Amino acid sequence: MTADSKTYKLIEKGRLGIIALVVGVVGLAASALGWVSEPERFYHAFLTAFVFWTSIALGGLFFTMMHHLTGARWSVVVRRICENLMMQLPWLFLAFIPVYFGIHDLYHWSHTEAVAADHALQGKAAYLNVGFFTIRTVAYFAIWSILAVLLYRVSLKQDAGHKPEHLKSMRKISAIGMLLFAATITLSGWDWLMSLEPHWFSTVFGVYLFSGSFLNAVAVVTGVCLYLRKEDALRNTFTLEHFHDLGKLMLAFTIFWGYIGFAQYFLIWYGNLPEETFWYTARWEGSWKIVSLVLLFGHFALPFVILLFRNVKRSLPIMGFLGIWFLVMHWLDYYWLIYPTFTEQGASIGGLEIAAVLGLGGIFIWQLWRRIGSSPVVPVGDPELDNSINFVNN
Amino acid sequence: MSTATAKRTYAVLAEFEGTAGLLKAAEQVRDKGYRKFDCHSPFPIHGMDAAMGLKRSAVGYIAGICAFLGGAFALWLQWWTSAVDYPLVISGKPLFSYQAFVIVTFGVTVLGGALGAFFSMLIINRLPQLFHGIFYSPNFGKFSDDGFFVSIEAEDPQFDEKETAAFLESIGGKNVEVVTGK
Repeated sequence: MTADSKTYKLIEKGRLGIIALVVGVVGLAASALGWVSEPERFYHAFLTAFVFWTSIALGGLFFTMMHHLTGARWSVVVRRICENLMMQLPWLFLAFIPVYFGIHDLYHWSHTEAVAADHALQGKAAYLNVGFFTIRTVAYFAIWSILAVLLYRVSLKQDAGHKPEHLKSMRKISAIGMLLFAATITLSGWDWLMSLEPHWFSTVFGVYLFSGSFLNAVAVVTGVCLYLRKEDALRNTFTLEHFHDLGKLMLAFTIFWGYIGFAQYFLIWYGNLPEETFWYTARWEGSWKIVSLVLLFGHFALPFVILLFRNVKRSLPIMGFLGIWFLVMHWLDYYWLIYPTFTEQGASIGGLEIAAVLGLGGIFIWQLWRRIGSSPVVPVGDPELDNSINFVNN
Repeated sequence: MSTATAKRTYAVLAEFEGTAGLLKAAEQVRDKGYRKFDCHSPFPIHGMDAAMGLKRSAVGYIAGICAFLGGAFALWLQWWTSAVDYPLVISGKPLFSYQAFVIVTFGVTVLGGALGAFFSMLIINRLPQLFHGIFYSPNFGKFSDDGFFVSIEAEDPQFDEKETAAFLESIGGKNVEVVTGK
């Protein structure tokens, strides 16, 4: 793989795209076989994969908007990668279609006879019903796709030649977009994940999902930069200093994830009300306790201590390892959110779960790589690009 | 050069031209092997640490250790007060309810880190220091306005009044002055 050092475009894209496509097709075919034999489990696995990859694309959208709103300079070099991530949102809507067909297997509230027998669910029926649920999901993807496409179009225009209006309009879109993002990531989290247990509620749930999604968008951005470097493309563009900063963001959002996760747990533990605590006791029984502890230490405690050290953030092999580590933990986090509702015999991760996440992931990476190759890898029109490339941490 | 009416020599001071001049001078002083020298400028200069050959500060590590000790102390204190010295059942929860202790532990961890950073910064910088021999120089006050200075202190093993002054002059220092005082 090579990149033109003047235009920052990939001249030769390498084989990553085709490998990802093969993994994606094989994974999805295996999932489809799983659907034939165990349709219910397929829906659980596919929902996990769907929210997993959607959350990462959403993290890219957030990163892009935050970049514009803060006027950050160091992150100009990774801005286009974040934009490529958020441009996965329009097609990810297609991944909702299997979830739509699995609504009755996934969501208890979708059974009218169950709602009729349940006073609490009757009260929520105006919100939790199949029609409104579907409309809301369409609305989330419409909002995310419009934001992504608007920002991306201005960004490509800027490539052709920078005008001050470009940054101004991207900032405006981001200001409105940030508010919409906060509302939609919270509501979509409630709809897709929290309503799996329709009696349970947590107001901080959306923030919890956001913390993980941004952390893992940073992990994917780190992975893409490392891959480009490993293939000897744009070695002088993505420098040690940028990895150091991505490491700082990883540290910050590792802490943030732990903080929000604890905040959610702590209030429920303190209040000790049965209608809330059952959600945690289910995750503290049998093998689920192990998954909970793996998340506590693997998603928070260990990476927190490791990332404190400056030399870690400036070591490319460790950063690459941590990127993959966070993705595994993030998937386990969603597994932990979704599966205890359905499995009575405890945690068991099988081929179907892995096939679904790798299948959708293969398509995701294939599309992401195509998008990265379709335009310069960095926003060449940005007036701060040189400042960003030459950025040095003190 | 001022006349040697006073008893003690503190340093040799030289003025340089702007930030670029000071950075270049710092590199040359460093490469000459001087260790006890300092640069003075009206504002912080990017890259000065590397130019002077300064190592990374130990403050981060000290703060980290203090933070850990603070957190350990807070957790121990809560355990001892609520489970050992004065056991009291609160809302039917176990005496050592570590969940409830996380917040204070976190708070004292941050406090430990902050105090560790603050005081180790003062100690490493040898602050507070109310007087320094370099203040005897009539020229030195300019450092807080528009002057860029390098001072090489008399304690440096390589220090030699004449040689050091000549060296600073040779690398472009202006107003080279041997600072002496009581």
